Amino acid sequence: MSTQKTSNEALLWMLFSAGGVIAAFLVPVHIFLFGLAFPLGWLEAPSYQHLMQLVRMPAVRMYLFLLCSAPLFHWAHRFRYTLYDGLQVKHLNEVIFILCYGGALLGTAVAGYLLWRMA
Amino acid sequence: MNPSTAKPVAYTEFHPRWYRPRVSVYWWLGEWRYLRFILRELSSVFVAAFVIATLLGLRALRNGPEAYARFQHRLQSPTAIVLSTISFFFVLFHTITWFNLAPRAMAIRVGGKRLPDFVIAAPNYALWLVVSVAVGWLVLR
Repeated sequence: MSTQKTSNEALLWMLFSAGGVIAAFLVPVHIFLFGLAFPLGWLEAPSYQHLMQLVRMPAVRMYLFLLCSAPLFHWAHRFRYTLYDGLQVKHLNEVIFILCYGGALLGTAVAGYLLWRMA
Repeated sequence: MNPSTAKPVAYTEFHPRWYRPRVSVYWWLGEWRYLRFILRELSSVFVAAFVIATLLGLRALRNGPEAYARFQHRLQSPTAIVLSTISFFFVLFHTITWFNLAPRAMAIRVGGKRLPDFVIAAPNYALWLVVSVAVGWLVLR
């Protein structure tokens, strides 16, 4: 890594940080509603039509895109360093880097595709 | 060694071996602080799992009402409920640790004195409540 001229660490850290903020504010309520309250019948689940109505709104699609993409970069950063420091798998550093950020990019692409074709 | 009296390091062929004690792979299991750190980092795995579940839900929505009903049914399985419960607590842990880090990241001084931690952390919790209620209201309306 010492031969690298410019470091991409600052950009990746900003993505990590933005994803951390989005995950902290938004993911708990989403898991509570869609993962617990609706499946367990604590609250009446919204109808298919209502959800489609929401998802057709461009602002909601932008929101969902950020909700899916940014937290994946947050995951990529944390997971990479957990493997690096926690399990000390330093010899696989490049492979882990590619798998983590590749996964985040793939998830971003899938989210973009799904939301683009949602109309 | 006192740095001011230390001689400049002269490298020879016979370089002394570094003192580097080996750290066990399980260094984080011994102490609660370390375990808590690793658990906090692992909360990101549940964040990623949430994104995957959300993408599957969006795909089901796109595929029509029957596909979405099947997706809802799968979320009612005991496995899904257990995973959702575990994910929920891990993500809460992420939220709380994230908000509590904010006062360390920004040390705001007013009149030469540092603002107490809770003054910086509290607005985050308030905003979290507002945002969560807003999301719930939009979905349930």
